[in-house]
Amino acid sequence: MEVSGKAVKFGDNIDTDVIIPGKYLVYTDPKELAKHAMEGVRPDFYKVAAEGVIVVAGRNFGCGSSREHAPIALRHANVKCVVAESFARIFFRNAINIGLPVLECPNIVDVVEEGDLLKVDLEKGTVLVVNKNRTVKGVRLPKFILEILNDGGLIEHVRRKLSK
Amino acid sequence: MNIVEKILARASGRKEVSPGEIVEAEVDMAMVNDITGPLAVEAFRKMGAEKVWDPEKIVVVLDHQVPAESVNSANLHKIMRAFADEQGIEKFYDVGVGGVCHQVMVEDGHVTPGSLIVGADSHTCTYGALGAFGTGIGSTEMAAVFATGKLWFRVPETFKIEVNGQLQKLVTPKDLILYIVGMIKADGAIYKALEFTGETVSNMSISGRMTLCNMAVEVGAKTGIVEADQKVLEYLKGRFESKSVLPSSDADAEYEKTFEIDANGLEPQVATPYSVDNVKPVSEVQGTPIDQAFLGSCTNGRLEDLELAARLIEGKRVHKNVRFIVQPASRKVYLEALRRGIIETFLRAGAYVGGPSCGPCFGGHIGVLGSGEVCISSSNRNFRGRMGAKDGKIYLASPATVAASAVKGEITDPRAMEV
Repeated sequence: MEVSGKAVKFGDNIDTDVIIPGKYLVYTDPKELAKHAMEGVRPDFYKVAAEGVIVVAGRNFGCGSSREHAPIALRHANVKCVVAESFARIFFRNAINIGLPVLECPNIVDVVEEGDLLKVDLEKGTVLVVNKNRTVKGVRLPKFILEILNDGGLIEHVRRKLSK
Repeated sequence: MNIVEKILARASGRKEVSPGEIVEAEVDMAMVNDITGPLAVEAFRKMGAEKVWDPEKIVVVLDHQVPAESVNSANLHKIMRAFADEQGIEKFYDVGVGGVCHQVMVEDGHVTPGSLIVGADSHTCTYGALGAFGTGIGSTEMAAVFATGKLWFRVPETFKIEVNGQLQKLVTPKDLILYIVGMIKADGAIYKALEFTGETVSNMSISGRMTLCNMAVEVGAKTGIVEADQKVLEYLKGRFESKSVLPSSDADAEYEKTFEIDANGLEPQVATPYSVDNVKPVSEVQGTPIDQAFLGSCTNGRLEDLELAARLIEGKRVHKNVRFIVQPASRKVYLEALRRGIIETFLRAGAYVGGPSCGPCFGGHIGVLGSGEVCISSSNRNFRGRMGAKDGKIYLASPATVAASAVKGEITDPRAMEV
């Protein structure tokens, strides 16, 4: 599974209240949630992400709440993948379960600059910075997690397994 | 094995597990609320599931947007009511019946020592106070749990946090956990488990242990836990008759790290904006003017918390520039606080006393912050925009510090106040 897009950069400890503020949790429509993605730190994110982007961040991305609205908002704002130095546990699981690829990649913020074109190979766990012709190694996901992502999330994964 | 490993081994039907292993475990209890529940119900249907694995093991608590403040919320509540009815889920807590989910789970006997509990809420780690393994999960995973009763877990490495010494007067378990969060940092324990031990923890009430375990997730931990002891068994009397053996860590159990903390000299602590680990002793931030004070939430909305705050505010007035919002964490806490005259003390002092909800803590409703406003709060998160306006500032503190600050109109060391 390979995804590509321009990098949009964030710092450390990007929490779920910043990714999708609590006042929007009364919405379940992914399109509505997407409009407010990252509103807490970058109000124009929805427009920036429209072309299909890769979020690059520092440590502890997605810390805080268990709200699945956070990865849903990112995915439907057209984020192709989140590459971060580390992830908060619940966000990490939620992202996979709703089909948003995530890759843990130490040092990624030192190599990637805003606007760099990235190609992420999830099977290999690598990030190619196309305009710099540099490859950064991340932490490869276990096979059963890649299967969930390949199916587009846990719902589709369970359905496919049930229909077998 | 340590207590965390023992619980996961038991739940996954193995003799032994070790950190890093991925196991499939049977869940003993699953909880959702009105924010995460509707997404779980939707995913459950999309998966093609029809019946939940065991309606006895599912708890549904409406607590975030209660009573409904908008048509959207009212409709989310309708989804959960209908689901509970259709699936025969009897542990359903409607508006007014229960309170904040974690408080309800513990006080109504849905949490038992040694059990494995998942909740679609990050503060599910609170249940460690009774020696249970509680952890937060997302809605889609919850749908899979609803359908199968099982979930995969990575066995976490464990940090042992040993606290000895006596907390000073008006220094509380909240101050201790804020200090620990400041020490370990917001990402210092991602995917780890925290086991709290030592005489300070043994001497602590169940309420205090809940506060401690509640904030384990603020350092990224999967769970926080205290070995169940006689105090837990006492607490469970009349709530749940536990016949099971209480799990405990072996003498040769392994820990990735051990932290030793001396509680004796600890000052009241405050987490300053915009990060939970930005913790300072109250002496460094006292004098900061506030617009609002909030006492409540799953962290500090229990009887012990209200009682302590009421003692500080008794016979005094809330400062004219401050709104003091008080919410008991559950109907039962509210009722007992009412009986003991605590609610009257707050009302006479000029506080707003509301029914239980998660509203103020997560900026849902009741007491959201305006632009640039400052709030001192007994809750657990001070992220940017958490309680409303993006530039609102939240300082996290103990119930004592919150009450003292509400009276003075600025962040105040409760020890400086006459009680």
